[in-house]
Amino acid sequence: MSSATLQHAAFILRGNPITAVAAAGSTLLILVGLFAPWLAPYDPIASDVANALQAPSAAHWAGTDQLGRDVFSRIIVATQLDLTIALSAVGISFVLGAVIGALCGYTGGRLDRSVGRFVDVLMAFPLFVLAMAMVAALGNRVENIVIATAIINLPFYIRFARAEVNVRRNLGWVEAARASGESHVSVVLRFLLPNVLPAMVVQMSLNLGWAIINAAGLSFIGLGVKPPTPEWGIMVAEGARFISTGKWWLVAFPGLALMLAVLCFNLLGDGLRDILDPRQRT
Amino acid sequence: MTQPLLNIENLHVTFSTRRGPVEAVRGVSLSLAEGETLGIVGESGSGKSVTGFAVTRLLESAGRISAGRITFRDREITKMTSAGLREMHGSAMAMIFQNPRGALNPIRAIGQQIADAIMAHRKISADDARGEALELLRAVKIRDPEKRMAAYPHELSGGMCQRVMIAMAISSNPALLIADEPTTGLDVTTQKVVMDLLAQIAADRGMATILITHDLGLSARYCRRVVVMEQGRLVEEAEALTLFHSPQHPYTKRLVAASPTATSRVEDLVTGDENLLAALPAAPLPTPPHGTPPLLEVRDLVKRFDDGTVGLKTFSMVLAAGESVGLVGESGSGKSTTSRMICRLLDQSEGSINFNGESISHIPARDFHRAPQRKDIQIVFQDPNDSLNPRFTAFDCIAHPLMRLAGMRNGDALRARVRECAHRVGLPADLLERFPHQLSGGQKARIGIARAIACRPRLLVLDEPTAALDVSVQAVVLQLLDKLRREDGLAFLFVSHDLNVVRMMCQRTIVLRNGEIVEQGESHALFDNPQTDYTRELVDAVPNIELIEAAVAG
Repeated sequence: MSSATLQHAAFILRGNPITAVAAAGSTLLILVGLFAPWLAPYDPIASDVANALQAPSAAHWAGTDQLGRDVFSRIIVATQLDLTIALSAVGISFVLGAVIGALCGYTGGRLDRSVGRFVDVLMAFPLFVLAMAMVAALGNRVENIVIATAIINLPFYIRFARAEVNVRRNLGWVEAARASGESHVSVVLRFLLPNVLPAMVVQMSLNLGWAIINAAGLSFIGLGVKPPTPEWGIMVAEGARFISTGKWWLVAFPGLALMLAVLCFNLLGDGLRDILDPRQRT
Repeated sequence: MTQPLLNIENLHVTFSTRRGPVEAVRGVSLSLAEGETLGIVGESGSGKSVTGFAVTRLLESAGRISAGRITFRDREITKMTSAGLREMHGSAMAMIFQNPRGALNPIRAIGQQIADAIMAHRKISADDARGEALELLRAVKIRDPEKRMAAYPHELSGGMCQRVMIAMAISSNPALLIADEPTTGLDVTTQKVVMDLLAQIAADRGMATILITHDLGLSARYCRRVVVMEQGRLVEEAEALTLFHSPQHPYTKRLVAASPTATSRVEDLVTGDENLLAALPAAPLPTPPHGTPPLLEVRDLVKRFDDGTVGLKTFSMVLAAGESVGLVGESGSGKSTTSRMICRLLDQSEGSINFNGESISHIPARDFHRAPQRKDIQIVFQDPNDSLNPRFTAFDCIAHPLMRLAGMRNGDALRARVRECAHRVGLPADLLERFPHQLSGGQKARIGIARAIACRPRLLVLDEPTAALDVSVQAVVLQLLDKLRREDGLAFLFVSHDLNVVRMMCQRTIVLRNGEIVEQGESHALFDNPQTDYTRELVDAVPNIELIEAAVAG
């Protein structure tokens, strides 16, 4: 990043405090994810039945669960897993979708038509049910959740990249790149894609929140990470059993973490577009 | 004198932008009598369109009339309520715009759209409105109006769409029609048809017209009185011919000089650019030694597209080193297709292209980027606004072919070479770090040219290189191109629809129509004495001041 980019980023953030807050929140989440094992005050899976189902207190900020595990520590450690799943799933669908979509948009013709039909078929399924089916078929493992989440996100990226590249493929600068000695492939990958990326990053940021919900949702219905591993979806699912007896903190805190994560990434999206698009820089 | 129809006094229009208020119009005063035709001429940013919009009070929300008065038939437009404005738009004044297709609703039949316009302003039954719409289509001379009533905008040509717009505009019998660049983007023959129609309708109905245009010739042909605007100010007002022959204001002088006419030479387009005014080397065509093959030899080139349409039926030409050949034709004539094939950006279906005696047509366009001739054949694109990668700085744009084709690495040598190219096209070195959106159209055009000449090509294909530029910028760019050609012995294939520009820039001209060569020959002879009807039609359609004078005299 050049200093001009940083200056521009600072300018955008000053004029747009919500983006600044979202950026700070997202950064905090990622830092928490990275350093979770050191940040958690208690061992997230060590049970202490004597202290089960304690309400939030100075010792246990978010209370304890039915096995006496510290909910706050579990939320922190869960950040790592949830973010890893969401980031890698979105990363995979972003890279694959951008390349496939850009190639389709640039070449048109048979490749475009067949990929287009495949995407249509994929999107005709209820996406969460499709993810459930994939995880159920492939096996209840973290990498399968990542794959399933990546596949159900793929159509959006393919369509997006295809549309964005398609409107640009006949512009003068694309032909100029050809006249300057670039092959078709490098025109797509080195010229068109970078111009499409800013818009796609916005999409990615919005998608990240969705992927987190998706991963948590799979775990919530028992098709994902298995207990006792700390994960927001499982924590909500397990806590739901106790909500009728007034033990609200078991659901409220992991749910809050989930909501804040999704909100931060969504709000970040718009801000990122302003920063990454040089046309907005004056 | 009778009361004028429209009177503008000291009009100021201010736009609020991110960098504070900007005055787009600063104190314009003019008046227009019933049935009069007035031309407002100016370059982009002169405030001519904003003035038009202010009269109709159709300014976008960022702009407002900050001072001045506009009176229309004794009613002050500047103080009208929105109800009053609506009534006025329906009955007293109408406006037509550039890009008629964009102004029409793409999913509604044109007959319906005209009927809608009628019904919006009058209590009239749908059937009667349709009947009137049909009459209007007849009035604007659309063939088979009964059939065309049901046509959608995409089924009509640009000229037809503009006629539909005119039909809608005159549906309420307005006393004033404001036409904002009504024929920009249309072919020259279509332009003539549309403008003749507009003039005739205005005369028949006693309708006053304001023609807003960047084209001096057009305003002179169709308007008795012309006002010239520069940077929001009205700098000169005169009878059209007087304006041409004895412009008073320095800006008008520059504008008149920069507008190519049938007899102007590149050297005459005074531009005030010292860089270019330096004596041009007088360059007679270098006569190649006997027996050397021509630089470019195209034989029986044919292009059929995948969908079965024929882009080019047959095309042959020869171009000597250092020669400049013009390729003219209207949209759809196949001139862009031809230039793309010669540039090897598009594959031909049949035929051969030899460059410097070697076949290049056997190399598919897909692989031509690796061919040694890639750096010898370069192209300058039409619209400078979309011919530069938005993520590249000016430096990157010029450096790109040098790195790819001349094998230069990032370093001092590259930087020096890019600076040299920038200098040759008259681009200040401090602009090299800017992104395209931070540059003006003329500066972007220069970068496009610098990029094309960076690897010292031998053939430069120019695809309407100045079509999107203001005349004064066009003059500079044309002089620049001519200078580069003489200095480097470059050959030009100059694709354009502007006959005056081609006549000036090219020794020979080829006229294309529907994918076939209609006529070719030495430029001056061809234009002064066209042999085919089509070429004659093209030449006659150009609003040249000499022709207008002849018409006035005769």
